[in-house]
Amino acid sequence: MHPAPSIILFTVLSGLGFGLLACLALGLPGLSGWMAFFGWGIGYVLATGGLAASAFHLGNPQRALLAFTQWRSSWLSREAWASVLALLVMAPCALADWLGFDWPVALRLLAAVLALLTVLATSMIYASIRAVPRWNHWTTPALFLGFALAGGALLGLQGGLAAVLLLGLGAVQIAAFGLGDRQFAARGASMESATGLTGRGAVSVFEQPHTGGNYLTREMIHVVGRRHAQKLRVIAVVCASLLPAGLVLTGGGAGLVLAIPLHMTGALAARWLFFAEAEHVVGLYYGRRG
Amino acid sequence: MTCLPGQTEKKLGLVIDLDTCVGCHACVTACKGWNDQGYGAPLSDQEAHGADPSGTFLNRVHSYQVSPPEAVPFTVHFPRSCLHCDDAPCVTVCPTGASYKRIEDGIVLVNEDACIGCGLCAWACPYGAREMDKAAGVMKKCTLCVDRIYNETLPEVDREPACVRTCPTGARHFGDLSDPDSAVSRLVADRGGVALMPEMGTKPVNRYLPPRAKDRGAQVSPLAPLLDVQATGFAGWLDRVLGKI
Repeated sequence: MHPAPSIILFTVLSGLGFGLLACLALGLPGLSGWMAFFGWGIGYVLATGGLAASAFHLGNPQRALLAFTQWRSSWLSREAWASVLALLVMAPCALADWLGFDWPVALRLLAAVLALLTVLATSMIYASIRAVPRWNHWTTPALFLGFALAGGALLGLQGGLAAVLLLGLGAVQIAAFGLGDRQFAARGASMESATGLTGRGAVSVFEQPHTGGNYLTREMIHVVGRRHAQKLRVIAVVCASLLPAGLVLTGGGAGLVLAIPLHMTGALAARWLFFAEAEHVVGLYYGRRG
Repeated sequence: MTCLPGQTEKKLGLVIDLDTCVGCHACVTACKGWNDQGYGAPLSDQEAHGADPSGTFLNRVHSYQVSPPEAVPFTVHFPRSCLHCDDAPCVTVCPTGASYKRIEDGIVLVNEDACIGCGLCAWACPYGAREMDKAAGVMKKCTLCVDRIYNETLPEVDREPACVRTCPTGARHFGDLSDPDSAVSRLVADRGGVALMPEMGTKPVNRYLPPRAKDRGAQVSPLAPLLDVQATGFAGWLDRVLGKI
């Protein structure tokens, strides 16, 4: 799948933002006064900035409000609802911290749950697509939630908790790489099944249907840069998980601060791979997996 | 509404004969021509006469080589377009309700006035049936020529999809696949029509008729017998003499 920069940015930033907002809603850390204003501000900017970035890949963004209508069947629509509800329920929690009034724990808990539901809905947009076997797997929601929780705890400067979550994230990421490599074959789609010629011999491309590119080849048959995939996988796991976890555990306050950009670098690499390595079955018609 | 109807009254669709198709791309051209006018945003081209031409099409014809284990390879021309699936994943993922499947005839359509161009439906389709129009920013797909098949201003003979109407070899058939007595259903039954990628769980309506068995035995080349000509008469004598020198 084409790794569109807007979608990579959107999913990484909004995931981090909603993770941080969930932590802040739960009082991790419990902020007050102007510290609260800035802490919550960062969370809101990341979460809403990510949502805005997602609008860049729409063909007709002026109709975006219609995306709230199909929550019964569409995870993208559910994500729209979850994100707006989460940001609304978060608002009084943020004001309570900033202005110093009490706010019921139940509503703080609800806000955190809604934030994580938003991340879950984002992940399910991808996980529900059967035509991309690598995504169509439990590791997709596990990865998105892992990045949100670990990134949120790290941004919330929760040393011990962040380290545990970062290491857990690393384990999930390694599992996702390993299991994902087998998903396409396991789905059983082939050039023969795609053309209905199963049992008639090996099918190969004789002539492509068009000499130039088209929407399908640009959007879904991305093959550039996979040769660096193995290196990027190592970078993703080391930068997103292992190094930040080590820094958090041993580096004190400076380590915590240094761990944040490292983690974000790893998260961007991991998300790039999430798209670039995902093969759409439509590639079979063009004689290539991808 | 992007929830799928439990059942449709008809299942209009195409039956494509891979034995008869010669890969002439007339259906591609007819489809592009018809859908450049009338229903929805016209199918646009980018840099049509430039260095890197590209455009929106609802139908593409692939050509494949099929290599049976112990026989001569043969070519199969394979038109690919929307299969109007019963369990269309492109419909349920749509966040705006633009994508829908009609209860009356099962045609899967896009309401372009509600399409935000997010592209998720194209991702959900295993068959690559949907292409985003770069000029209009909305998703385009085969409408089964919904503006032809019910169009009473057209002569009756033209009330079928443009690709079917134009096919010079009669490789494309249009009809109701829910009716077991329809011509298309009988064709599917007689020729063992198949659905594409059944493992994706989409339950396509369209069927493809596989190539017929060759009526002559497999031969490496029709010219092969000429390679081993046994000369007779004078030529035969000359052959023998020259062979001995």
